[in-house]
Amino acid sequence: MVEIPSGSAGAVPAAEVEDVELYHPKSWWTKYVFSQDAKIIAVQYSLTAISIGLVALVLSWLMRLQLAFPGYFAFIDANHYYQFITMHGMIMVIYLLTALFLGGFGNYLIPLMLGARDMVFPYANMLSYWIYLLAVLILVAGFFVPGGPTGAGWTLYPPQAVLSGTPGGSDWGILLMLFSLIVFIIGFTMGGLNYVVTVLQGRARGMTLMRMPLTVWGIFTATVMALLAFPALFVACVMMLFDRLLGTSFFMPAIVEMGEQLQHGGGSPILFQHLFWFFGHPEVYIVALPAFGIVSDLISTHARKNIFGYRMMVWAIVVIGALSFIVWAHHMYVSGMNPAFGFFFATTTLIIAVPTAIKVYNWVLTLWRGDIHLTLPMLFALAFIVTFVNGGLTGLFLGNVVVDVPLSDTLFVVAHFHMVMGVAPILVIFGAIYHWYPKVTGRMLDDFLGHIHFWITFLGTYAIFFPMHYLGLLGMPRRYHELGDTVFVPPSANTLNVFITVMALVVGAAQIVFLFNLVWSLFKGRQAGGNPWRATTLEWQTPQTPPAHGNWGRDLPVVYRWAYDYSVPGSAEDFIPQTQPPSGGLTREVVA
Amino acid sequence: MNVVLIFLALIGGVVIWWLAGQRLMSKPWLETGTAPPATDRQELPSEPAVKIGLFVFLGVVGALFSLSVSAYFMRMASADWWATPVPRLLWANTAVLVLSSGALEWAKREARHDRMESLPLALAAAFSLAVLFLIGQIQAWRELVSAGYVLADNPANSFFYMLTGLHGLHILGGLVVLGRTTVRVFAADVPRDRLRLSVDLSAIYSHFMLAVWLLLFVLFAGWANDFIDLCRQLIS
Repeated sequence: MVEIPSGSAGAVPAAEVEDVELYHPKSWWTKYVFSQDAKIIAVQYSLTAISIGLVALVLSWLMRLQLAFPGYFAFIDANHYYQFITMHGMIMVIYLLTALFLGGFGNYLIPLMLGARDMVFPYANMLSYWIYLLAVLILVAGFFVPGGPTGAGWTLYPPQAVLSGTPGGSDWGILLMLFSLIVFIIGFTMGGLNYVVTVLQGRARGMTLMRMPLTVWGIFTATVMALLAFPALFVACVMMLFDRLLGTSFFMPAIVEMGEQLQHGGGSPILFQHLFWFFGHPEVYIVALPAFGIVSDLISTHARKNIFGYRMMVWAIVVIGALSFIVWAHHMYVSGMNPAFGFFFATTTLIIAVPTAIKVYNWVLTLWRGDIHLTLPMLFALAFIVTFVNGGLTGLFLGNVVVDVPLSDTLFVVAHFHMVMGVAPILVIFGAIYHWYPKVTGRMLDDFLGHIHFWITFLGTYAIFFPMHYLGLLGMPRRYHELGDTVFVPPSANTLNVFITVMALVVGAAQIVFLFNLVWSLFKGRQAGGNPWRATTLEWQTPQTPPAHGNWGRDLPVVYRWAYDYSVPGSAEDFIPQTQPPSGGLTREVVA
Repeated sequence: MNVVLIFLALIGGVVIWWLAGQRLMSKPWLETGTAPPATDRQELPSEPAVKIGLFVFLGVVGALFSLSVSAYFMRMASADWWATPVPRLLWANTAVLVLSSGALEWAKREARHDRMESLPLALAAAFSLAVLFLIGQIQAWRELVSAGYVLADNPANSFFYMLTGLHGLHILGGLVVLGRTTVRVFAADVPRDRLRLSVDLSAIYSHFMLAVWLLLFVLFAGWANDFIDLCRQLIS
């Protein structure tokens, strides 16, 4: 028995904070366009990310059409195919997932969940969005310049990325890509500083770190990682720009292009790979950790049960973040590295599975004997867990050098990372949108449309990526524009390819239902009220819905408990908001 | 990539030290209903948010430079590397940057003790010395170019120009902020504690960039080579 004293009078006054210089919009423009309010910035980030994501979706359609019906669509020649691959990958990983999780959900949820009025540096926060938009525009400009966007593959490996044989390599394509990334990183750093310092300094009274919702833990850790990892991409981009524009040889070896000896010499393409993957692997977890956090909150809320092993969840997030910095070379097993390094990186890679598995077990144990409500956010969260487990298990195969080497250049890898890093986080994004849309707009998303969207997306993505594992095991290579007659690929494999393409078209089209739902519910959706999910966290306790500028009326909230007081025995409701003071001055006894 | 791993280990140390003070072992589910402890940090914010923000930003800048230096060492191992001679002017530039940092330290102390009279002089000195440093760096570039050490000739040259350029850009960014602070000193209506904070932040940033420059200088002068060789042997 542990005795925990509560405050003598129960409630304590809100913290006496000095008047924060809250930014006050003066005109329509500064209120809705050049706004410094994190909530508006979040919506701007999200809409931009979703828009550019739709471009990437269409690109994936075009790729799939080419793979299923090679030669049928005359405009998809080899060059275009590589451009589609490159832009699809880069947009999805950086401009959609990173921007949406950190810029979108981070901006909306961090101040609200922590009981702050806004981010600590609102002006830099606004700049962050506009610089991000600029980066997106530079990226899109690639489609309209001579030579088109770069077709170097999303990893942009030199030397091919800057040679004339690659689409955009000797034109504008690669330059715009590199500039866009550099601009993105500058913009992200401004936002990232905000997210980190707000978590450090902007928490409401009583909101200790161990009372923060796991969503904030995930976003916070991911931001710290991104701040440390993005500089690697920055350096790599700058050095490649030097190679391409100023004739240096950071990455460029001596090379003959079109029968002509280039002036480069001695550079190391492997150096680029190290820099790129030093960013690239943490990037996987920069996307995954916010997803982990959000899923934890969705499951706990919609199963009306406290999260199982909260401490373990927090530690796992931190440990995964740290480990992800020492596994980067598992993307380079086929680069001819020293086998001892391969062994080291395979080991660290497999070790990451331990904290990740802890998280999966804890989600399942949270569901165990919970009061599961199969709402849309819950459905998406459940779909995430199975998808993530499936994708993660193939990651265990690929983490081993001997298994990776033969599979590395096949569709197996494509299937693996689309399951674990494409579909899984996207499912969380959808779940999170269905969950928080009522707070953002004050209205519920339509349930029927949501179910159509969910089932087609969930089952459809499985129909796409499960067979792809099999194609990979058959040896069907990735990155190939057209296979032609190949001995080891049976005709049935091509039938499977057609099936995958049809499913990809269907799943893509199902997203129209989602977009329609977003717009339709904005005007016609059911009124949500302040706390439709009966959730405990602070963002559901705002005086107005949608939250007004400044979030919290006159007084900041005071936090008395952790974020997961669901179905507490003996309490009248099945949830106790974090702001609810203890009942009376009694000393509670808790079974330890 | 050893340099960046060492840097990350340092950052990791800071993170662990910080997390150690955050009651990570507590059991929040058992604390149900307890009032926030009276000594909650929130009531007495130990450092202003901008200062924390600056430290986080310096972490990012540190990552940027340690990654560049990692790349420097990895590229150095290849056969086509000839060290670039260090122009003598760099010694003078280093001295100027040290003085600039020193002037800011002086300004910081003056501001802390509320002696605002000498503040404009100190800030102006720091500002012009930093400008002088940048001019000196550009002059050093010109000397190297006229001696035939051009950018694309050799990876050592490329790294020299790129790293000094990156460092110069960061100094330039600091100058913008320092310039604003200097202007503020002359404006009458700026509260003193805000001014003190601005000077404080400029000093921290300047010291950090000085430290980065000293490390880069050691790198260019080749003094680190023996140490690196030693490390290589230890690893292999």
